Amino acid sequence: MSGPFVSLVMRDLRLASRSGGSAALALAFFALVATLVPLGVGANLNLLARIAGGVLWVGAVLAALLSLDRLYQGDFDDGSLDLIALSPLSLEQVALAKLLAHWFSTGLPLTLLSPLLALLFGLPGPGTWALFVSLLIGTPAVSAVGAIGASLTLSLKRGGLILPLIILPLLAPAVIFGAGAVTAALDHLSNGALGLLSAFAAAAVLLSPFAAAACVRLNLAG
Amino acid sequence: MFRYANPAVFMRLSGVLLPWVSGAAAILLAVGLWSSFHVPPDYQQGMTVTIMFVHVPAAIVAEAAYGAIAVASLFSLVWRHPLADTAARAAAPLGAVFTALGLVTGSLWGRPMWGAYWVWDARLTSFLLLLFLYLGYMALWNAIEDEARAARAAAILALVGAVNLPIIKFSVDWWNTLHQGESIVSGQIASVFLLPLGLMAFGYMLLFAALWMVRIRTEIVNRRARSLMQRAG
Repeated sequence: MSGPFVSLVMRDLRLASRSGGSAALALAFFALVATLVPLGVGANLNLLARIAGGVLWVGAVLAALLSLDRLYQGDFDDGSLDLIALSPLSLEQVALAKLLAHWFSTGLPLTLLSPLLALLFGLPGPGTWALFVSLLIGTPAVSAVGAIGASLTLSLKRGGLILPLIILPLLAPAVIFGAGAVTAALDHLSNGALGLLSAFAAAAVLLSPFAAAACVRLNLAG
Repeated sequence: MFRYANPAVFMRLSGVLLPWVSGAAAILLAVGLWSSFHVPPDYQQGMTVTIMFVHVPAAIVAEAAYGAIAVASLFSLVWRHPLADTAARAAAPLGAVFTALGLVTGSLWGRPMWGAYWVWDARLTSFLLLLFLYLGYMALWNAIEDEARAARAAAILALVGAVNLPIIKFSVDWWNTLHQGESIVSGQIASVFLLPLGLMAFGYMLLFAALWMVRIRTEIVNRRARSLMQRAG
């Protein structure tokens, strides 16, 4: 399994880094959202530190959404998804490989960038640490739920418009627990948010390949 | 269950049931509304408590409708039940309207009680998310042109949503709670309120059932008309 699985992950990573550099675009989008918010709500650092967790979490989810249409739609349009389906990998393994590649190319870089943006928001040390850890745990769930949406809409010409409508309500728990962990760290409380976020992420990553594979199967059947 | 999967059997059965169900819904809603206006004022909420009789049943039906969609989707995915797709699709706009009705009546109730039309309370928020789930589900149905493909994709989405819905509910509860707790099953509600609430709840459910049947029948007739037109060339 490792041979084709790893090469599929590497292929998707190469596509993400080369074709228009969509991984870098997601990062730029994330940074821009974080820049626009202080322009909207004012430069009061106390206020910004308070809302940093929520703003950066919402920004990360939106940034991850941007690159989701690339996950399956490109491969479907140029026919490479048919070839991938013929490979020795099961479609569930394909879905897991694509999920991993999406996380490596968006979730992980977003997480690594987050402490820098937290600095701009005046988030204190424990809050920054909580944000970093919660994004590290939570962004796989974003990729996982997003992968379901991407596979549902892979044959649509304008799937990008309908995708957020499908995905965002399902991601509410991730945003609540993720931002909740940051707020708890600011107030020196422990409210179990990280544990709940881990549970959500584990369930999402575990179930998503099956749902995504079912969607790919039905779209290739026709 | 599978005997009714045949559209012809369903048409015959629902044709017999429909007048009875709609009639019962009309009577229950009329009696329920009448008795809603004749309850004594609540000791805390005054006469605004009457809003409960249109609000709580809408919320119950809104959630039940999503459950119905999820069950129909399961039937469609696992057993390729031919009517299940039609049933799931037909229930979605109804569920969305009942969700919106629950949100609107809830917000009108919230204004005198909480002093604001909208508060970011757990149940209000999870209902808002439920509305978006309905909208996304309907949008997916409409976006995919091939009907069989749309049906299966929508069924997968409905099941994913059904798995996620309890988690959303839990997370939002964990996040914030202002809404009053459940009081019907636990018996904390005053018994004078229970009768109109029960009447209205059954009335709403039968109304939903009647509308649902009408929508499924319309779709079946539509399909027949389309195939006749195709045959005629």
